[in-house]
Amino acid sequence: MGAGHVHVLYREADSPVHRLPPEVKIAAMVAFTVAVVATPRVAFWAFGAYALLVVVVAALARVGPRWLLTRSAIELPFVLFAFALPFLGAGERTDLLGLSLSVEGLYGAWNILAKGTLGVWASLLLAATTTTRDLIVGLDRLRCPQIVTQIATFMLRYLDVLVGEARRMRVARISRGDDPRFLWQLGGFAAGVGALFLRAFERGERVYLAMVSRGYTGRMPPVWQGAGAATAGQWLLAATVPVLAATVAATAVVLT
Amino acid sequence: MIQGVSPTAASLDVRGVRYAYPDGHVALHGVDLTVAQGERVALLGPNGAGKTTLVLHLNGILAATEGSIAVGGLPVTTDRARLAEIRRRVGIVFQDPDDQLFLPTVAEDVAFGPANLGLRGPELAARVDEALTAVGMAEHRDRAPHHLSFGQRRRVAVATVLAMRPEILVLDEPSSNLDPAARRELAAILRTLPVTLLMVTHDLPYAFELCDRSVILDGGRIVADGPTGQLFGDEELLARHRLELPYPFSPVRK
Repeated sequence: MGAGHVHVLYREADSPVHRLPPEVKIAAMVAFTVAVVATPRVAFWAFGAYALLVVVVAALARVGPRWLLTRSAIELPFVLFAFALPFLGAGERTDLLGLSLSVEGLYGAWNILAKGTLGVWASLLLAATTTTRDLIVGLDRLRCPQIVTQIATFMLRYLDVLVGEARRMRVARISRGDDPRFLWQLGGFAAGVGALFLRAFERGERVYLAMVSRGYTGRMPPVWQGAGAATAGQWLLAATVPVLAATVAATAVVLT
Repeated sequence: MIQGVSPTAASLDVRGVRYAYPDGHVALHGVDLTVAQGERVALLGPNGAGKTTLVLHLNGILAATEGSIAVGGLPVTTDRARLAEIRRRVGIVFQDPDDQLFLPTVAEDVAFGPANLGLRGPELAARVDEALTAVGMAEHRDRAPHHLSFGQRRRVAVATVLAMRPEILVLDEPSSNLDPAARRELAAILRTLPVTLLMVTHDLPYAFELCDRSVILDGGRIVADGPTGQLFGDEELLARHRLELPYPFSPVRK
């Protein structure tokens, strides 16, 4: 299943984590993230425990710390606000390295950063060990609304077709002397995006006609759901991570 | 390939079909066409002649303003159950295989049609294998369509409709964009398929190679219908309908 369907984040390897069925991994990732988010921000030790869990899973999945850390940069735009909080926060202030910072703001920033980073790590581990194809199968098996998985399937299939079309249009443009090196030369590119949209629309129309010609009535036949669904043992195995995380979260809530 | 001589209904029976687009443009002015079981017929005509419009009538995607169509004796109506059966009987292979192949792997795409017919499990798997073997693509069943060559994708597109065991296979420009070898391979495959064939094309040599009978559609009317060799011998007829043979080509069967 999914031969050749590899996205940029996927790391080809054979590990216990790679072998787990996708639905199990998705469920574990979501449960872990919920546990992390539910943890009180002052329970610092709990976040250490979560980080340890991530490290263990990463080691099992043969994902190196370098890879994980560099890819984590994706969260930066989303947590930029967190860096401003210590300066903007009101209330009691403390002196750190000669700066007067808000205690409340520091806690807020820590809260966003720690939970955000752990969530991103969990998602990255899922992405690194699951092909796009399997992600969709997993969502399907978790009874995710079919319309969502169908849209994802189509995106997966037609992304390459559209990228190829965009590339051909670009080559044709450049061949006619367009050289969009500067921002004010992007007119051709912008018109190209419009043309690409129209082409995508027309293609959608033709794809639909071809599907209807093969008896499509608005519902995908359930051909993939049968084989290879997760066994109880696999569910139990994957449950260790979220169960540990939930225990940590519960303890943290009780202690604080 | 004629399968027996039993007096069964014609694979395709089009009678007086007229079609006007919603904007009033009349695309078909009364088309009559009968294709017997096992026949291979080329549907020729210039761009804008109404070929694609006619093809979309055959499986009920467009509904004729006037006239009637029957596939293997079964009239095309707008009834849902009837349409499902009609779409099983008429297998349309569209011009661009990328329009037809929309699932992540070859096998899933070939399974799409028969799964819509209600097949499941081993029966479905057998259908997929049968269709892929018929086009010589069985070893590529788990590959992604966009990793195949264009010729291979076209063959898989043929398999996707073969898997529904159609009464008649309708191919829209089957030879377009194929390199000479892929073109020859596809012709060899088409010749072995035990189905009625209607081939829409401007590629006259390809029509000559595969079809004993040709029909010319122009301006929404059938303007000629006869043995391919005879039609191609009439240069004036071809020229009148913007059809041309490649320069050194001579329609004499060896």
